[in-house]
Amino acid sequence: MLCQCGEREATIHEVVIRNGRKSERHLCEVCAKLAGVDVASGTQPPRATIVQGPACDVCATTLAEFKHTGLLGCPACYRRFESQLSPLIERAHEGATHHVGKVPRRLLATLARAGSTESVLGDPTERAARLGLLRQQLEEAVNAEQYERAAKIRDEITRLADPTLGSSPLSERRGTEP
Amino acid sequence: MSTEGPGEPSGVPWQDAQTEWLRADGQCCDVVMSSRVRLARNLAGFPFMPRASRADRRQILDLCRRKIVEIPGRERVVWVDLHTASTEQRTILVERHLISKQHARGKLSSGVGGPEEPRGVAFTSQSERLAIMVNEEDHLRIQSMRAGLALAEALAAADQADDALEATVDFAFDRRFGYLTACPTNVGTGIRLSVMLHLPGLRLRNELDKVKRAAAAMSLAVRGFYGEGSNAVGDLYQISNQTTMGKTEAVLLHELQNEILPQVIEYERASRRMLATRGGAVLKDRVHRSLGVLRHARLLAAEESMDLLSTLRLGIVLGIIDNIPERVANALLLLVQPGHLQRATGRPMDQDHRRGARADLVRTALAPYC
Repeated sequence: MLCQCGEREATIHEVVIRNGRKSERHLCEVCAKLAGVDVASGTQPPRATIVQGPACDVCATTLAEFKHTGLLGCPACYRRFESQLSPLIERAHEGATHHVGKVPRRLLATLARAGSTESVLGDPTERAARLGLLRQQLEEAVNAEQYERAAKIRDEITRLADPTLGSSPLSERRGTEP
Repeated sequence: MSTEGPGEPSGVPWQDAQTEWLRADGQCCDVVMSSRVRLARNLAGFPFMPRASRADRRQILDLCRRKIVEIPGRERVVWVDLHTASTEQRTILVERHLISKQHARGKLSSGVGGPEEPRGVAFTSQSERLAIMVNEEDHLRIQSMRAGLALAEALAAADQADDALEATVDFAFDRRFGYLTACPTNVGTGIRLSVMLHLPGLRLRNELDKVKRAAAAMSLAVRGFYGEGSNAVGDLYQISNQTTMGKTEAVLLHELQNEILPQVIEYERASRRMLATRGGAVLKDRVHRSLGVLRHARLLAAEESMDLLSTLRLGIVLGIIDNIPERVANALLLLVQPGHLQRATGRPMDQDHRRGARADLVRTALAPYC
């Protein structure tokens, strides 16, 4: 579908419901910007709801499809829809913004040998954010006198600080099962 | 691991194996039937299930099956192609908690798919402790089960299987979001820790709502016997974590095992003691009536039999009934399910015939002890 400017493909599809009346606009990114539609967040507060926002470049899943099914189409969707997913993920996971815990061991070991773990553990800013989250949890555990829990968090902080150690709180308790 | 096929629909070798959650041993087994850990994983370079074509699904299935067979281990593994398995086989796998209802149907939560979608399950044939679903909502769902309260052991085994698979395949992983899953509610660790609890004391004393409220306050989910959307038949409940991101696996385990379960277990035991002392005669009457119906009924509905068996199990644990082993009551909780019942009789039955066959089966199983 062409944008109303008649020059470019419409990639932003905006549906505005005002006083019970629905109006639609189909815009290219340039016109959307000129019209003041917030493309990055997929919303145009306070008057617009984009129900058919941009699609994932890899699998073509749209945000509207995700909202309908609750399922994403491929790993790339997480970064493509990062700004829209982040608040949702925070709500679902008690305010969490970053993963802490297990990372794929072989991948990490391979990268650690090559001296570059950034792609898995994140750049210094992301690692600092993750360590900050763990330190906060550690403080809460100590304040609540939950020492066993605190020890587990401390293990994770140590592992994150030095990924070449390769050990995690999980691997210490391996059973005999295949 | 070496694999064997499921064999013929009749006489399938794994169907008589001891299932872990019925063993009636392990820590706190008077209340905790079993502990389970599930890890959700997806292969890098493939779309998630909602966007996977039939060819993608076939390729993922073949690749995962090959990799699962290569996992080092002593125990033999059974592989079942669910798209070619019979309805009865799929029902039995659901009843044994080896696959989800959703996996049996082959449909995603969005309603997409059907029984012919390429998908399967691999599980250790004797203990049924380890089961790996392929092409469920995520490419891989690694599940590890233990009798009683043993979440750490279950986690260690799931973790080991996860490492063994990751040794040769790349999982979809993001430095910010962790292990990537089709549904963002599972993202991060991709872990679901759960325990199956038998809570007849709390139910009889109308105290279950308190447990549900306490669990909700800690972001834990309380579900029925067969997971999401199922009823709590036989007073069996599953409690599991809902948060999967922002906390390590060890911390999530600690929260479930140390911060809520001891209270629930103690609360259930206190309710049972209270019932036994204050309402001793009433409880004894209820237990013996249940046993009486189980021993003499000629027609038993599934849910009714589960409730009667729950009361019988309570009577056994409290010593009111001392000549029936707990494992017999536990085994009957599984054997009265429609799939198992149908297998025992060897023929398809409608609901009325099943009720008759169920009553016969229960009477026969209890006869040596009465």
